[in-house]
Amino acid sequence: MSEGPVIRVQDVHKAFGPQKVLQGLCFEVARGESLVIMGPSGSGKSVILKHLIGLLRPDSGSIEVAGREVPRLRPAGLAELRRDMGYLFQHAALINWLSVYDNVALPLRETTSKSESEIESKVYSVLELVRLLDARSKFPGEISGGMQKRVGLARALVTDPEIILYDEPEAGLDPEMSASVSRMMVKLRHELGMTSVTVTHSWPCAEAVGDRVAFFEHGKLVIDAAPAEVLASDNPRVQEFFAVPK
Amino acid sequence: MNLITRVGATWLRPTIESAGFAVSIGLQSLLTLPHLPRRMRATLDQMHLVGVKTMPVVLMVGFFVGMILSLQVGQQLATFSQQESIGLIVAPLMALEMSPLITAILLAASVGSAMAAELGTMKVQEELTALNVLSVNVISYLVLPRVIALTLMAPLLSLLVTWVATLGGGIIAVSQLGLSFEGYINNSLDSMRVIRETIPVPKYLFDGLLKATIFGFVTAVVGCASGMTASNGAQGVGQTTRSAVRNAIVLIIVLDFFLGKVLM
Ligand SMILES: Nc1ncnc2c1ncn2[C@@H]1O[C@H](COP(=O)(O)OP(=O)(O)O)[C@@H](O)[C@H]1O
Ligand SMILES: [Mg+2]
Repeated sequence: MSEGPVIRVQDVHKAFGPQKVLQGLCFEVARGESLVIMGPSGSGKSVILKHLIGLLRPDSGSIEVAGREVPRLRPAGLAELRRDMGYLFQHAALINWLSVYDNVALPLRETTSKSESEIESKVYSVLELVRLLDARSKFPGEISGGMQKRVGLARALVTDPEIILYDEPEAGLDPEMSASVSRMMVKLRHELGMTSVTVTHSWPCAEAVGDRVAFFEHGKLVIDAAPAEVLASDNPRVQEFFAVPK
Repeated sequence: MNLITRVGATWLRPTIESAGFAVSIGLQSLLTLPHLPRRMRATLDQMHLVGVKTMPVVLMVGFFVGMILSLQVGQQLATFSQQESIGLIVAPLMALEMSPLITAILLAASVGSAMAAELGTMKVQEELTALNVLSVNVISYLVLPRVIALTLMAPLLSLLVTWVATLGGGIIAVSQLGLSFEGYINNSLDSMRVIRETIPVPKYLFDGLLKATIFGFVTAVVGCASGMTASNGAQGVGQTTRSAVRNAIVLIIVLDFFLGKVLM
């Protein structure tokens, strides 16, 4: 395996019309490392994740993921890259007419030639991992928001990604549920050695899962350091933002 | 000048863009036709849904349109004592023109709108993006079954409309125009035996079913394409649903004229 960072973002700019969302964004994530990005709502954190997985293209700058320059990938290359990546959506984004089981099985059925029995054993193992095996025949409308999030996580994990992107994994969950999702993320990292980038508004979540926490504002990362260092930072904006959790 | 640029920016450009998007969705759905065997279940589900959703209203509207035609045209004919020929008019007019059009408009309002709302909701809830990230082919998985279902169901429903309209026309012929039911039906059947010059098929039925098939395809493609471009949450979904119905109906009526010219 190649050394060096798995994710390398260099001087990325992105504007939607007159609105400049990314303005010289730079960061790197090493293999097996977990980066947490925090910042004001609507500042462009989801936009960062969408660039990493090729849903958005930067106006300029370079985005390298697992040795591939994402903006230059053609559809086939992008599909290949996405097989190595998982994405947990802010609102789970499950297909509501499919059961929990079928939602998780979907990527395997659609993109691999695995047999139903191979699919079943894989789906069972990830549902076990997120502790949802008992809910496998329920539909998304019949389960709680926290459970939907975990189904989304199981669906993201079923293809054995090496890199996983979490968009506000704790959003809409009560503190207990949120803590349990954080524990699950930590566990996944330790058991499966995944590289991850997490966007969150929750300091407890950031502290639990992050090797590094970055503060994103005005299109760039202002600080990018270990959680303890972020809290100790003397940057006034960072102090202001993290004042409450601290 | 100012007006022209404003019209261009606010109306022309989005219209051309969405028309272009719909055309590309239509073409892509045709390109994924080889996936149809894998999508059989979803397609049958959609066909069932189309049938359940539209059958009662299609039957009722067809019956009434047949009665209206028979009554109005029959009374006109009666002024020249020609009311016996009503049987020669209702069935072919329905088969060729009214049934495909009525069916398509009802389908656009009930099924096309539902497709736009369903895919629109999936779009604004990022479910389509999620499918994209999971490398699931959205056209093959979602659009193809809907397009095929509507393309197959539209001619079927159109045929049903022709049947019940002819029946409704017959009831008026007997009760209001004083004709025999048997004579009316015989005239209807005779009129349908006109054979196309180019290919040996009953002209009115064939041309009408061809139109209905094309209208079904257009309705589904417009519904799906509109849904896939929804934005701005629930409000955007409502907007996209309305524009899907409006665009499909306008397109169907315009197409009807040109298809009529071409098939003549
Ligand atoms: N595809 C898009 N087209 C236009 N504007 C977008 C798009 N995606 C995001 N934006 C805009 O970019 C800004 C940042 O969005 P987002 O990344 O979702 O914020 P957040 O930091 O809360 O995740 C928002 O103002 C949003 O309106
Ligand atoms: Mg966001």
